[in-house]
Amino acid sequence: MSRDVDRVSSGAPGDDAEVTVDCGSAIHQLYDYLDGELTEKRRIQIAEHLDYCAPCANALGFESELRQVIADKCKDHVPESLIERVAHLIEAEQRQPGADPERAGQA
Amino acid sequence: MEHMPALYSAALRMTRNPSDAEDLVQETYLRAYRGFGSFTEGTNLRAWLYRILTNTYINSYRAAKRRPEISDVEDVEDLYLYHRLAPSDGTISRSAEEEALATFTDDEVKAAIESLPDSFRIAVLLADVEGFSYKEIAEITDVPIGTVMSRIHRGRRALQKALHDFAESRGLVGTAPGRSTE
Repeated sequence: MSRDVDRVSSGAPGDDAEVTVDCGSAIHQLYDYLDGELTEKRRIQIAEHLDYCAPCANALGFESELRQVIADKCKDHVPESLIERVAHLIEAEQRQPGADPERAGQA
Repeated sequence: MEHMPALYSAALRMTRNPSDAEDLVQETYLRAYRGFGSFTEGTNLRAWLYRILTNTYINSYRAAKRRPEISDVEDVEDLYLYHRLAPSDGTISRSAEEEALATFTDDEVKAAIESLPDSFRIAVLLADVEGFSYKEIAEITDVPIGTVMSRIHRGRRALQKALHDFAESRGLVGTAPGRSTE
């Protein structure tokens, strides 16, 4: 959060001096951090920032929770008729000449 | 057919209707069965199935509908929803935050995702609902990883805007956290 840059850059506990992660860049990379897509070095730098910056840690908590809510609320019940229909179609394919029975049901 | 529930949900978000979603899943399974020879043992079966699903959707269903592809989303700032659900002092208690998010219904979350244009919707779906990595999504959708990252990031912000619009329409935004009701 850019509004907290002053507080953070004023030498918080654990600040490595040579590593400067301000709130702006922490927030900018928050999703890459959550996605596990940062380099190990960068991940540690952001993690250190989050350790002492409560506003950024709150934002991370919110985004993480939001993602979980989205994943949880996007589940649908598969119609039984679809499962049966696909099973029948694949059985029919298997009965065709040259079919490879090894393939069945792997997906 | 352990992957079918997730594939069916993804198909519903893509096609936005149950009948097309069923057809898409059926077509995906048939193509997967017929193309199983091209699947390399030991590689990611789940990602391979999503690649077939995504390609089938893009090539068949989207083309068949001739839905004009809106290629962009309104761009909003990072943490769009957080800033609007949190009180002005920038702090938000854990319980208030969870309570605010819990008030979104399944239908609202699904509708918010479905409101995104195709390319953003698919990227966000694969990342946030299915949990694929940027690299896997690049392979599934056949686009460069930089494009994937851009679509995911912008798609997420647009999704937050859509969710915020639902919250706003129900009067949830602007009230003190903890006072929001279903």
